[in-house]
Amino acid sequence: MAALVARLTDDLSRRTMIWLAALFVALLIAPWVVGDYLVTVLILILYLAYTGQAWNIMMGFAGQLSLGHAIYAGLGAYIAAVLFTRYGVGPWFGLLAAMPVAAGCGAVIGYLAFRFGVTGVYFAILTIAFAEFARIGFDHLGVVNAAAGLFLPVAQYTHNDLWRLRGDPTMFYYVMLAATLAAFVLCRLLIKSRIGYFWLAIREDEEAARAAGIDTFRYKMYAVMISAAVTSFAGVFYAFFYNNLFPEQVFNISQSIQMILGPIIGGVGTLFGPILGAFVLTGLAESLNSALTACGLDLPGAEQVFYGVCLLLVVATLPEGIWPWLARRLGVTELA
Amino acid sequence: MPYDVYLNVAVGGLLTGLVYGLMALGLSVIFGVVRVVNFAHGEMMSIAMYLAVVLFSAFHLDPLIMMVPIAAVLFVFGYALQSGLINPFITRPEHSQFLLLVALAIIIVNTLLIVFGPDARTVQTAYAFDSFQLGALIVAAAKVYAAAAAILFAALLFAFFRFTLIGKAIRACADNYTGALVVGLNVNRLYALTFGIGAACVGAAGVMMTLIVDVTPMIGPTYTLLAFVIVITGGLGSMPGALLGGILIGLTEALAGLLFTPSAKSMFAFGILVLVLLFRPQGILGKRAA
Amino acid sequence: MTALLSLTAVSKRFRGLVAVDGVSFDVAEGALFAVIGPNGAGKTTLFNMIAGAAAPDEGTIVFAGEPIGGLTADAVCRRGIARTFQLVRPFPALSVEDNVVVGALLHRRDVGAARDHAHALLRRLDLFDKRRQRAATLTLPDRKRLEVARALATGPHLLLLDEVMAGLRPTETDRMVATLRDLNREAGVTILLIEHVMRAVMALASRVLVLDHGTVIAEGTPEAIVRDPAVVQSYLGAETG
Repeated sequence: MAALVARLTDDLSRRTMIWLAALFVALLIAPWVVGDYLVTVLILILYLAYTGQAWNIMMGFAGQLSLGHAIYAGLGAYIAAVLFTRYGVGPWFGLLAAMPVAAGCGAVIGYLAFRFGVTGVYFAILTIAFAEFARIGFDHLGVVNAAAGLFLPVAQYTHNDLWRLRGDPTMFYYVMLAATLAAFVLCRLLIKSRIGYFWLAIREDEEAARAAGIDTFRYKMYAVMISAAVTSFAGVFYAFFYNNLFPEQVFNISQSIQMILGPIIGGVGTLFGPILGAFVLTGLAESLNSALTACGLDLPGAEQVFYGVCLLLVVATLPEGIWPWLARRLGVTELA
Repeated sequence: MPYDVYLNVAVGGLLTGLVYGLMALGLSVIFGVVRVVNFAHGEMMSIAMYLAVVLFSAFHLDPLIMMVPIAAVLFVFGYALQSGLINPFITRPEHSQFLLLVALAIIIVNTLLIVFGPDARTVQTAYAFDSFQLGALIVAAAKVYAAAAAILFAALLFAFFRFTLIGKAIRACADNYTGALVVGLNVNRLYALTFGIGAACVGAAGVMMTLIVDVTPMIGPTYTLLAFVIVITGGLGSMPGALLGGILIGLTEALAGLLFTPSAKSMFAFGILVLVLLFRPQGILGKRAA
Repeated sequence: MTALLSLTAVSKRFRGLVAVDGVSFDVAEGALFAVIGPNGAGKTTLFNMIAGAAAPDEGTIVFAGEPIGGLTADAVCRRGIARTFQLVRPFPALSVEDNVVVGALLHRRDVGAARDHAHALLRRLDLFDKRRQRAATLTLPDRKRLEVARALATGPHLLLLDEVMAGLRPTETDRMVATLRDLNREAGVTILLIEHVMRAVMALASRVLVLDHGTVIAEGTPEAIVRDPAVVQSYLGAETG
């Protein structure tokens, strides 16, 4: 354990470590300090940070733009939900079933794309097509109740049941916090390892990477499969937190886009980018919503317009994302 | 099922496909010349559709008449968009350009949602329920008019690129950017013009589509994807390919809707997309990409 | 002694244009072998076929006793042939050090060991002081040295250098020549290079092959080549005086 921590932090300065520790403590005590509503907001932020981090593995590390990532979360959600509602299988076992399926789905998409030379924007379109395919397909799938939606039983629980993921928001908060931390640690380990170096090489210049002996097909496949499997947990969480699933929402392209906003605004390819992006985005969105409600306006779609504008601004003016800029200010550039 | 049901559905699909083809033509022109992947294509079309709906319900102006003015409005919009927002991005990596247009698409869709609400709007013209009959063949009049307008518009476009000086200048830009600069063509202006033309195409196609389908804010993304499927299937950079792809997709959609469930028909479009990307990425009429 | 690399009747066509036409030659172990010729002679195509970036239409390419024609670029590298590019391609956002580590990781699992090996190579190529800089910020000569370092990190038996002297001033050229000669002599790396800079060819090569229009028009020592009338006519130009 100590060796692991050492390995993760060996190149971090004292200053960086202090910032990290402070952040961690703040997140740990948050539920006692803020009200129930804000805990829910924080859960959403962490959810976006988590999925953004998972997506980042494929894009930021291996350079493959996926705009259909909702498919992996959706698969995770539905598999875990069906196993729970039909066979009483708990979510953690559901996760064990969901991860290989998601990874398999990623492998199919990856294989089709990489073997046949589908790259860049065409790859993105391919991923959109697959997600849409899943959306329409699940809309007609009887076993998941098709378009009518799949509902998880929400009995009144007197205590938090971590095993079956039933409980109050605080429990969910800590689950998501732990998951986000785990994702962060995983990404840091990956990027400093051999596979991480190969991914960066592929991202920078695939042909040069091949000339250096890297089997780019294999490593791109790893990126896709790992990214997909990690994302599937978010789906499982989603299912047990919201307790209802509609293909129309779960596989929707707006879900996929929401997953990428955090990393893009925060900084693709960086470790803290997705987390920062999620905080900034959700924080501002919630403020916007509060402001609109205070004015008595109910504008469905206003939040999305806001996201669109944020994306536009970041892509146009700060393409690297906010995090690299902030990291320089804070003096923690090793984490960039 | 009796064969004439197939025939009617097929012909209906073919006619719709011609409108699809015009929409895809706009995308093909934009990509072929400016090399921008216009991910907001369907959303631009939905702007045109809402314009048609609004003008119809306010002033009872027939969409077929409004086609030209609305296309002009979209032309201006496209021109401004290209010169103002997209041009600075020409040298950026293609991910950036793509995401810029994704952002624009999100803004358009949701602004329409705020302004018009999620409910479907329709345009009920006087001839909305008319149909032509040719033996066993029964086709909706609205579709015939829409398809005819699409053919006319496409023909004008072909003539423009073939015979006018500006059209040739645009084609020169597409073939050889540096060469065009060297001979003194104002490439930025020509790019903006081209984007405007592509937007006008999709605007006209949108107006025609109001005769065929209901309008909701969410159809924007659906048509964007459809346009890409068509252009990729027909061949990127090939104008006849876009029309051919449109007809093919329109036909497949209609028949799939008949043989399976109507709501699943776009799954077939995606199936075709996957197959094309795998086995013939240059599309049916496209040239082998660089 | 069997050659390290052996090409026999290798040809490549591009839709009617014959880029390489029945080329055969051997590269001995430990040689410094140069391929020269006018532009369009087919040199880079030949290189690409050896390196796995293109597949030969005809003929065989045998490396260390094994046929390698048609293998992918990464497979060829794993067999022991490393290459540099005519238009330099380091990994721009990565540091100088990380660029070489990527190469070193090919045959090493441990990142630490790879980094140690990378440092040794950087010292040898005089880039150690710049190891933390981003590759994109280097000057052209340094970027060329970086590419050589990265190629060497993969532990090759044969190093393919594609116009590595292009764009270098005479002093930089001499420096690169010295480095390559040392590598060849001390580390025993066989080098096959495409070159236009005759100064480097004369100083470096033990054997020269001359290509023109895809065929071999001469092969021999540098001194013999320079005097060969066919070579003079097609490439070097007639002597004045």
